[in-house]
Amino acid sequence: MPRLNREMLERAKSTIALYPQKRSALLPLLHLAQEQDGWLTPDGMEHIGELLDLEPAEVLGTAAFYTMFKREPTGKHLISICTNLACMLAGAYELLEHAESRLGIKSGGTTADGAFSLEEAECLAHCDQAPCLQVNYRYFDRVGNNEFDALVADLEAGRRQSDVPPHGTLSRIKRTAPAPVVPTPAGDAKPEPVAAPAPEDPRAPSAGVRPKKRAR
Amino acid sequence: MTVTMPAPILTGRLREHGDSHTLERYLATGGYATLRKAVTSMTPEQVHEEVKAANLFGRGGFIMPAGAKWGLLRDAFPRYVVVNGDEGEPCTFKDHLLAERDPHQLIEGVLLTAYAVGAELAFVYLRGEFALGLERVQAAVDEAYAHGAAGSGIFGSKTQIDLVVHPGAGAYICGDETALLESLEGKKGFPRLKPPNYPAVIGLYGAPTVVNNLETLSNVPWIVENGGEKFAALGGEGSTGTRLVCVAGPVRNPGTFEIELHKTSFRDLIFDPSLGGGLADGRDLRFFIPGGSSSPWFGPQHLDIPYSKVGADTAVGVLPDGGGTMLGSGSVVAVDDSACPVRIAWRLTKFYAHESCGQCTPCREGGSWLEKAMRRIETGAGLADDVKTIMDVCRGIAPRLAWPPSQTTICPLGPSIPMPIVSAIQMFPEDFERHVEEGRCPYVGSVPA
Repeated sequence: MPRLNREMLERAKSTIALYPQKRSALLPLLHLAQEQDGWLTPDGMEHIGELLDLEPAEVLGTAAFYTMFKREPTGKHLISICTNLACMLAGAYELLEHAESRLGIKSGGTTADGAFSLEEAECLAHCDQAPCLQVNYRYFDRVGNNEFDALVADLEAGRRQSDVPPHGTLSRIKRTAPAPVVPTPAGDAKPEPVAAPAPEDPRAPSAGVRPKKRAR
Repeated sequence: MTVTMPAPILTGRLREHGDSHTLERYLATGGYATLRKAVTSMTPEQVHEEVKAANLFGRGGFIMPAGAKWGLLRDAFPRYVVVNGDEGEPCTFKDHLLAERDPHQLIEGVLLTAYAVGAELAFVYLRGEFALGLERVQAAVDEAYAHGAAGSGIFGSKTQIDLVVHPGAGAYICGDETALLESLEGKKGFPRLKPPNYPAVIGLYGAPTVVNNLETLSNVPWIVENGGEKFAALGGEGSTGTRLVCVAGPVRNPGTFEIELHKTSFRDLIFDPSLGGGLADGRDLRFFIPGGSSSPWFGPQHLDIPYSKVGADTAVGVLPDGGGTMLGSGSVVAVDDSACPVRIAWRLTKFYAHESCGQCTPCREGGSWLEKAMRRIETGAGLADDVKTIMDVCRGIAPRLAWPPSQTTICPLGPSIPMPIVSAIQMFPEDFERHVEEGRCPYVGSVPA
């Protein structure tokens, strides 16, 4: 079971440096782990916990909340078919049924060779192109049964590598801008809070939650 | 019938140029000149005053004026600006258009906002499924730094504003601003209790935080450049400026249209040849969903209502306890007479049942009960008193079935669940009866088992 490899670890560290508090990097780091392995392995999540000072259970508990994080092995191509309102009216359930029979799996399943996973998705915000789907979070518009078959044939033959990169919604992102300078309280010019929030509130700002200044 | 459109504020560049997302095109069309002017010759207060004068209401759904929202910030530093780009409301697809096709306009708006409120760090939270949007916005952030528009010493001034692009991971609830902040802090997207957790008071990391919708902030460069009064001169009856409206469903020409608020009606949006273009295949409009899946439905008798806050608020709607509807997220879905309203209400209920965060019982349990009961009716297994049961559960979630609904939960997701169901029951009771009596859906197509 893999931990983050050297390249991913570098990307993880530069991602952590973007935030005033480490834990904010949790979602992006989970995306990186998923990009590496195609899903979230227990070891990958444990490694992320070490990087962010979180218990593995906290990492898992958070990851489980989000639909995009897969906690079981997922196919090389994740096909997400939107069945929400506009796509449903344009025949998305018929398309999903066709996809299930073409791939020989039910929605939520993965083909035996690990090439495809199929899922029913909530609105993908592409409703003027209904019915739409995503493969590894890349859009395909107005997909009918024939278009679906052609797409699957292309993916099987490796002909779509330029528009469908492997797993990872961040796989083509590499920030070149410098990391932020974390804001610091400006002591003299700007006054401290005058109207304090409800005193019993645990989220009230205190020295403990104020972002620490970090060297560039 | 033709609608006269003012010069677009948000979509001019992307309609005219295929490379509207590049820095080169942005600069060639006057980009970043406003930011340069602001940081070198305007005070933050002056920038804020222009946005206040514009009376720019929030384009995410809550319709609070942005200038007023910024004015509520607790007097403490650091402060943060957070862009809500977690566009997940069914049939809303405008924000990812702006993110993919004009990311610099957004970034200039964010930088101006941060300058106005004294924030030195801003986050752009984009829905995780928007892979291309994330790439385009990150590339634009990098270009903005290289151009001297972001980071330390913006355009030679002492202003410092950093930008971070943050991906979500598939959770509709993170479109609620406090859930979004939890998510940005690396936690489950549980909405926070308000009060006390208004982001302006206790926001990101407990600090005062501005959270605004992506489209809202994309308007800011135009407002600061042309003046708030000029923006406020567009529209009418307190709904100022233009808005992106997503027209979806079986219309001839689905898409995102920039329209002048209040000067355009729902009829224009659905039927005007330059907008929705009318129903496809010569079918008749049966009803439409005017503001995202949570809004109460409208019928053909509501078509001439102007598209504005006042229009939606004062309409005589269909809910049993009164009230109109809302403009919500800027989506209009037209539905023709070939589609089953029970099926549509079921599908939206299924969406809410899936997306409930699970914190509050009425939403968590009520949503899945309603989904089961609606599915039962749609698949032909409905019982004679199912509609009564459904209405009881709906009243349990939103005791006043009116717009706006009364609240039993931490965030508005719960009380949104009954809206499509009750709309369907009020408008099309005979459809529910036929499903139960005939033991099947009388329309073509049925819910998969």
